[in-house]
Amino acid sequence: MSATPNGAAAQPFVSHSIRLSLNGQDRQLDVLPWTTLLDLLREQLDLVGSKKGCDHGQCGACTVLRDGKRINACLTLAVMCDGAELTTIEGLADGDQLHPMQQAFIKHDAFQCGYCTPGQICSAVGLANEGRAHDTAQIQELMSGNLCRCGAYSNIRAAIEEVLEGKP
Amino acid sequence: MNPFHYSRPTGVQEAVHLSSAASRFIAGGTNLLDLMKENISRPEHLIDITGLPLHDIQQTSSGGLLIGALVSNADLAWHPLIEQRYPLLSQAILAGASPQLRNMASTGGNLLQRTRCYYFYDATVPCNKREPGSGCPARTGLNRIHAILGASEQCVATHPSDMCVALAALAARVHVEGRGGARIIEFADFHRLPGDTPQRDNLLADDELITAVELPADNLASHSNYLKIRDRASYAFALVSVAAALELDGDRIIDARLALGGVAHKPWRDRAVEAGLIGQVVSRETFSQAADALLQDAEPLEHNGFKIKLARRGIIRALSDAAVAGERP
Repeated sequence: MSATPNGAAAQPFVSHSIRLSLNGQDRQLDVLPWTTLLDLLREQLDLVGSKKGCDHGQCGACTVLRDGKRINACLTLAVMCDGAELTTIEGLADGDQLHPMQQAFIKHDAFQCGYCTPGQICSAVGLANEGRAHDTAQIQELMSGNLCRCGAYSNIRAAIEEVLEGKP
Repeated sequence: MNPFHYSRPTGVQEAVHLSSAASRFIAGGTNLLDLMKENISRPEHLIDITGLPLHDIQQTSSGGLLIGALVSNADLAWHPLIEQRYPLLSQAILAGASPQLRNMASTGGNLLQRTRCYYFYDATVPCNKREPGSGCPARTGLNRIHAILGASEQCVATHPSDMCVALAALAARVHVEGRGGARIIEFADFHRLPGDTPQRDNLLADDELITAVELPADNLASHSNYLKIRDRASYAFALVSVAAALELDGDRIIDARLALGGVAHKPWRDRAVEAGLIGQVVSRETFSQAADALLQDAEPLEHNGFKIKLARRGIIRALSDAAVAGERP
């Protein structure tokens, strides 16, 4: 796409074409510059697993994985995801086979209302990818970007511990 | 969020030539997009700089490191060379924000974070930083989180960054480039005190872009400590934070660094206090005197007097922990 020259304010606003891999599928999409990744997912692509809790990067309910790293989709512009590989909660399972983190959340009853759960699980998968959480305290600290107002933290921690311990 | 134009240049000079008073550069976007959602920032044009070649950490010929402005906070904190040579910086970065935000936020953007003063963030009330000349409700309002050092009648906001407190203590240098060319700004000079122009947080011109942050070589890695004191155990801004680093010969202090966060409009480093520590022997008394000297001009507002005592105790503890840091198993 061409760069916008100085004095651009007089020009009409235009959408931009982006290509990305979304849950394993190549997608070409036209997005307006001010569309957040979260709004693209929820409003245009019907992927409503990622939640809009605070919309300010404070609650973590919108957490998705970009190139394997966890990010807040609410503070990400869709137009800046050109070329990215994105995974949302909808893309974690392998067909009918749940991701080990999803299975562990079910086993440990790591939720109550479930609203924060997609973000918690994506964040926990990102945490596992980082390989920096080696004990309970580190898991707690490195999950601090995901709030659970039901207070299911102890079960969330147990689910994550089980998956991390199961890693070779 | 207001509508805006979007560009994605691939070179630094292309980026700075696209810039104007109505544009903003965007990298991580973690603070800028939040400010735009609150209508505090309303740029007409966002210049996405994530395609610029500023993603590397290089060793400098003088034994330091040159950190590209686009290195994420997470990659910086967990980089082996930073963990080995500048553990103070790793520790400070990991004390801030959340893992998601650290994956997104850039090195350059961290320096350009705006204050989290709640009056600045509320577009329905006056704020000299947001609307110059409109007034400062924090001076007479709820000012528990506000400045105790270097404030002005116009503004009592604090700088929110943890990373910048460590960079101040480590005497980093900020590399910037504008249409007129490149320049290097000492970290201590980069951020401003509010004075009569609190709308300006730093010395950057509208067309200038941070390209890198340089860390000079030092011998502080074995004795450093970042202490962050906040209202909850994680994911909160500092009420007071202390970056402390020492170079020791036995018990004698060869070099000393001390910077505070959460207390002023910029990371607060006092070189006279550091100079006073050099040649002294490590002791609680030595550190207590340093704390008193650093805080002698502190001025409390109605609700933040506790910060002076907190900072005093924090300085003593951070320096004491730094002194023994290398001796821990």
